[in-house]
Amino acid sequence: MLHVKVSDREQISALGTFLTLVLALAAGMVAIGLLFIISGVNPFFAFKKIFSGSFGSLYGFKETITKAIPLILIGGGLAVVFKAKFWNIGAESQLLMGAIFGTWVGLNWGPSLPSPVIVPLMFLAGFLGGALWGLIPAILKLRFSINEVISTLMLNYICAEFLTLLIVGPWKSPKKFGFPYTDDLPDSAILSLLPGSRIHTATLIVAVVAVVVLTIVIYKTRFGYEVRVIGENPDAAKYAGIDFSRTTMLIMVISGGMAGLAGVGEVAGIHHYLSYPDSISSGYGFTAIIVAWLAKLNPIYVIFSAIFFAGILVGGDAIQISLGLPAATVAVFNGTLLIFLIMGDFFTKNKVRILAGERG
Amino acid sequence: MEEIIISVVQRTLVAGTPLLLGTVGEIISERSGILNLGVEGVMAVGAVTAFIVTHHTGNPWLGLCAAIVAGMLISIVHAFASVSLQSNQVVSGLALTMLGLGLAGLLGKPYVGKPLAIKINAMPIPFLSDIPIVGPVLFNQSPFFYLAILLAIGVWFMLEHTLLGIRIRSAGENPKATETQGVNVSLIRYLSVLAAGGFSAMAGAHLSISYSKSWIEGMTAGRGWIVIALTIFALWNPLRAVFGAFLFGGIFVLQYMLQPLGISPNFLAMLPYLATLLVLLVGGLRDSRRLNAPAMLAEPYRRGER
Repeated sequence: MLHVKVSDREQISALGTFLTLVLALAAGMVAIGLLFIISGVNPFFAFKKIFSGSFGSLYGFKETITKAIPLILIGGGLAVVFKAKFWNIGAESQLLMGAIFGTWVGLNWGPSLPSPVIVPLMFLAGFLGGALWGLIPAILKLRFSINEVISTLMLNYICAEFLTLLIVGPWKSPKKFGFPYTDDLPDSAILSLLPGSRIHTATLIVAVVAVVVLTIVIYKTRFGYEVRVIGENPDAAKYAGIDFSRTTMLIMVISGGMAGLAGVGEVAGIHHYLSYPDSISSGYGFTAIIVAWLAKLNPIYVIFSAIFFAGILVGGDAIQISLGLPAATVAVFNGTLLIFLIMGDFFTKNKVRILAGERG
Repeated sequence: MEEIIISVVQRTLVAGTPLLLGTVGEIISERSGILNLGVEGVMAVGAVTAFIVTHHTGNPWLGLCAAIVAGMLISIVHAFASVSLQSNQVVSGLALTMLGLGLAGLLGKPYVGKPLAIKINAMPIPFLSDIPIVGPVLFNQSPFFYLAILLAIGVWFMLEHTLLGIRIRSAGENPKATETQGVNVSLIRYLSVLAAGGFSAMAGAHLSISYSKSWIEGMTAGRGWIVIALTIFALWNPLRAVFGAFLFGGIFVLQYMLQPLGISPNFLAMLPYLATLLVLLVGGLRDSRRLNAPAMLAEPYRRGER
């Protein structure tokens, strides 16, 4: 009789991990292809469209980098909190809060300050907004033991309504023909773009520097060590005298703050005014969860996985237009790939052998 | 005045019905030790399946059955990942939610805005519905309401008073000891996750073929997440879930009642989510050990491990 024997791998090799990742992604693509067939779409045509739309042309690639910017920022922050097994699902609204704070600073102080002063101030305000919004679930968990998955999600809904409340009410511009938008940011508060693209270079630089710094912090400092111990062995963390509350709050400041930076980038670099939550962020906070997971929660790898998933977002837009598929297609992509990545993790960590004979 | 009260209570019960169905299912899953964050996605899959099948066959009951099957099928993903592969249940549940919401959007696209010719409508119970006040409130409801109440009581009885219930609970409290009693913990956990999927799908079906007039993408609107909070609020007890679900149903109705008073509709739309946090806050103030959470909730279990 055949049976399956599972045992821990003694050593996890880098090559093995990488190959499992590639295999998991490939298997995920096959599953998505089957879903395409069920929906009456030729999968080869769809994949070709997605690839050519995102990486196959210079225009597409520039769009991919544009969408990778918020994903790098948010994914980098999530990699850190997820390492400590704090499940922040609220990056979507931490981004929005950052956008709200940044826009307020830009609209109120922008007209009287030059660009080199106002832009850093807006990023600072955005970081603060995201960090404060991210601290709420941390405090709720530490003080009232409220599950952070639920609190961050509830805060997502609350913040989206709050933003809408602002733009239909007190912040509504009289100059936008009745649309629920704020005024345009003054010129000094608008980020300059890489010529011929929508890549806002300032945010891109901030994002790459941030994940490099985070990688060093996580793997080379005492604080990073504490974060990892809390995630891997909370009991040991207690005995080692690690301050659980302080570390949890700090990583949520980092994660929320980085999402807030992404929010400022989206408003000051792309939109130039606040509008409905769905248009400010096209689900970056959720996509970044998978970005972090694909990067194996290593901030530096987030750069590559962010570009990969940004490509799927851009390619997803392309097939929406050419095949008439709904926006939800991207969610199917993300969900399926995440499932296969989780399954791949199992084979990275465990040795699975199919043996003949009786169970031992 | 009497008519207003009757209408408010009636609508409260309607709004609470999907929450109750979802919560009862999640209680089964969590009692067996599996945290299932896929509720929102499975609800959406249930909703879209029920709608499509009803639309094409003209038989909403067939739609409901198809939804339950679809909900159980897609929940296999979470069961396989969390039971067989011992994966992180938070991430796997999130993946299920993403997949479910995506599939519902993809499959439901051709039906957006289309109304249903036949829906599951209110089914007055003879004689009982003639009782003043109580009759129209309790006994002139959608069959989903009766079903939800009966299932809540049935699941409570099953969990507390049957051998199967003891096995489910002990799988969540002490899987190792349960296994030594000759019980297949993996099987129990698989079945519990699938049952939860069926319940979530029923909740979704209620939204699409009874509550709503046509197909709208995203009609679950976070109800699946509220269900997870309600499970904690109910202290993993299906009877307490009845109270919690209808309390939240009331908050959904309150939104529409307060709107004419000139309160911002965006603020009112925050109410269910604010209330969820408030409810957990009250729960969190209590001693966490008295919260009665299954001891091994979200802890993977591997057979034969010491």
